[in-house]
Amino acid sequence: MAVSQPTTALDDPRRLPGVVGRVGRALRRGRATRADSATRATEKRAFFTSRSLGWALITPQLLLIFTFFYWPAGEALYWAFTLERPWGGGNEWVGFGNFAAMVGDPVYWNSIWRSLVFALSSTGLGMAIALLLALLTDRQLRGYRIYRSVLVWPYAIAAPALGMAFRFILAPEAGFMAFVNNIWPGLWNPALDGLDAMIAIVTAFAWKNIGYNFIFFLAALQAIPRSLIEAAAMDGAGVVRRMRDIQLPLLTPTLFFLLVINLTDSFTDSFGIVDIMTQGGPARATDLMVYKIYFDGFKGLDYSGAAAQSIVLMLMVMVLTFAQFRFVERRIHYK
Amino acid sequence: MLRGKLLCAVGALVFGSVLAQPAAADKLKIDFWYGNSGDISKRVQEVCQHFNDSQANYEVVCTSQGSYYNAVQNTIAAFRGGKPPTIVQVFDVGTLDLMLSKAYYPAYKLMEDNGYKIDWSNYFTGIRAYYASSKGDMFSFPFNSSTALLYWNKDAFQKIGKTEAPKTWEEAADDMKALKAAGYDCPLAFDISQDESWQLMEQFSAVHGEPIATENNGFGGLDATLTFNKTKFVKFVTDLKSWYDQGLAKIKSPNTGEDYVAAFAAGHCQMTLTSVGDHGNIGRTAAPDMHWDVAMLPVYDGTKRHNSFVGGASLWVLQNHTPDEYKAAAAFLNFIAQPEQALFWSTVTGYIPVTKTGYEYMKANGFYDKPPYKGREVAIASLSVEATSSGPGGIRLGNFLQIRGEVSNGLQEIFAGKATVQQGLDEAVERGDAILRRFEQTYKGEQLP
Repeated sequence: MAVSQPTTALDDPRRLPGVVGRVGRALRRGRATRADSATRATEKRAFFTSRSLGWALITPQLLLIFTFFYWPAGEALYWAFTLERPWGGGNEWVGFGNFAAMVGDPVYWNSIWRSLVFALSSTGLGMAIALLLALLTDRQLRGYRIYRSVLVWPYAIAAPALGMAFRFILAPEAGFMAFVNNIWPGLWNPALDGLDAMIAIVTAFAWKNIGYNFIFFLAALQAIPRSLIEAAAMDGAGVVRRMRDIQLPLLTPTLFFLLVINLTDSFTDSFGIVDIMTQGGPARATDLMVYKIYFDGFKGLDYSGAAAQSIVLMLMVMVLTFAQFRFVERRIHYK
Repeated sequence: MLRGKLLCAVGALVFGSVLAQPAAADKLKIDFWYGNSGDISKRVQEVCQHFNDSQANYEVVCTSQGSYYNAVQNTIAAFRGGKPPTIVQVFDVGTLDLMLSKAYYPAYKLMEDNGYKIDWSNYFTGIRAYYASSKGDMFSFPFNSSTALLYWNKDAFQKIGKTEAPKTWEEAADDMKALKAAGYDCPLAFDISQDESWQLMEQFSAVHGEPIATENNGFGGLDATLTFNKTKFVKFVTDLKSWYDQGLAKIKSPNTGEDYVAAFAAGHCQMTLTSVGDHGNIGRTAAPDMHWDVAMLPVYDGTKRHNSFVGGASLWVLQNHTPDEYKAAAAFLNFIAQPEQALFWSTVTGYIPVTKTGYEYMKANGFYDKPPYKGREVAIASLSVEATSSGPGGIRLGNFLQIRGEVSNGLQEIFAGKATVQQGLDEAVERGDAILRRFEQTYKGEQLP
């Protein structure tokens, strides 16, 4: 059943549990209503009678979340207000000093700005292409099961491997772009041109997500009753008209779900691609927030600065997600 | 039913963990974590194997952490968790971070306490200075050591009627023009994408005797400030930029499709500046009939040449271990310092011997007389140039990787035409100074050892 898929994706442990936990709950609530009404007649529901079994079943998950999220997040919060020595042995309370230093640093604002550009363009590109592919596939659907499994493969490729491949494909003196540069010399050089470098990482990240998005779009399109489309066709609506007036409106729950997932992903999961393809350069053009955290914390051993930055990133993703639910979800009808 | 299954699962877990316990070993095991990967990692494993074969009492378990950064990161995590490895490899610029960590057992003391007499003056001056405290005590054992050299293509230089590498940058500029005129597309390859501050800024400043920072490059105290925006380095970047604009020097990085080492080895570029550690690699990958050699980094005309800085990494012994484990560590460190091991290590990698006896031993064995190892002695010469002034023996600045990042960013702005040379370097210095002040505040009240 199509509705079970979003839930699985949301249980992905790599995502920020706090944020996605909330998103997931909200989504499940929304989805559950739809699923309920759709299946109430046929499905017999089972309940656990004892409360303690429920707790016993949920405890491992809670422990995991506590160990891998609340505890480190709490530690990070403490470090963000101190200057922590990497090897331990002393830290100094600086209050909001770390945050003040960040806010006063144009490089940090640059990295917020770049992250937003990256998130919006990679999400937009990844979703638009996936939607287009799904709409086209939905029209003639022999063997869609094969598409479903084959097209999700890119999502399973590790980011560094993906970055390596795209670095080669987009290298100005080798691979495909060398050919383009031969025709228009100097057109493409992500090693020195910040815009080119941004295009490169957006392309790589969008490509990774296209397959994933495609699966959801296709499943949702499949769930639209044929009778609706056939009725529209009999009323004389053409392909484009049917897409615009019937399919897209009915896709909005999926669109919204993918928007949330893709945006969150592009803020928190883009690091591998940046690290391999651009290392944040040239001249900080691709210095995304999550990469800056890695560089300052893991390479620079500035634990406190990195902790403060990750607090801000976490808050930003939470606010963004909240805003989406507050303002975008209102326009969505799950039925 | 469910309970039965659960019991089975628990039983299996317990049983499994019992099996997973190592069999009772006769030898005392100690951990050695290092950062090298790929081919060098295999060589480190061979060194460990040699030690273990030579030992009845101790066994060193060597584990690659994938990169220098990871080795430091993972060691910090393990140290904070109370289970650090006994020995860890820390790269050159991490030296100050370690020195202030209070997490180590100083190398000189370790050897003294365990009855080894090490003649520290046997280590090359340039190498010793980088890793010693202000009192001259060695806190760590130099391990894989290198320095930057000029790699040049003899075939190409023959075409322009030269049999020697340029000694000055003025000469190098003429050679680049001649090479270009002779039809070579890329006379000099360089990169500014990541850590190339090492050869472009740090080694350049070293051989010119120019300061990188006040307080003797940081050896004098944590309050040092960066100065490379006021030295000959400014002239060098200005020249490099103009060579780049004229097409004489080209940026070769993984992002453009071929990095500068590969570009030189393939004969696509005729000169480059890189570590002697690449000597073996280039020898193996160079185009078959290509003739090439190495030389000391050029200096500007009229500059007295100073010794270059050592690069690479050293071995630190960490705290929280038993006296027996320290005995094992001392035995291992003593073992790798032997001339025979130096010969093996330098043969299979490109790294240089770190002691004079190791070097003499290798010379006596004819190591440097013929290809493919001929030329690597230039690195020793470069490290041992007699410096007249009391120049710093290295760099002792905190969070130096972040400062390298600032240098890279500054250079990228300059070469992308977004900033003038002076603006770009001024910004790198200003931001680098902020990093130093932050480091100073983090270690408030601490003195350099």
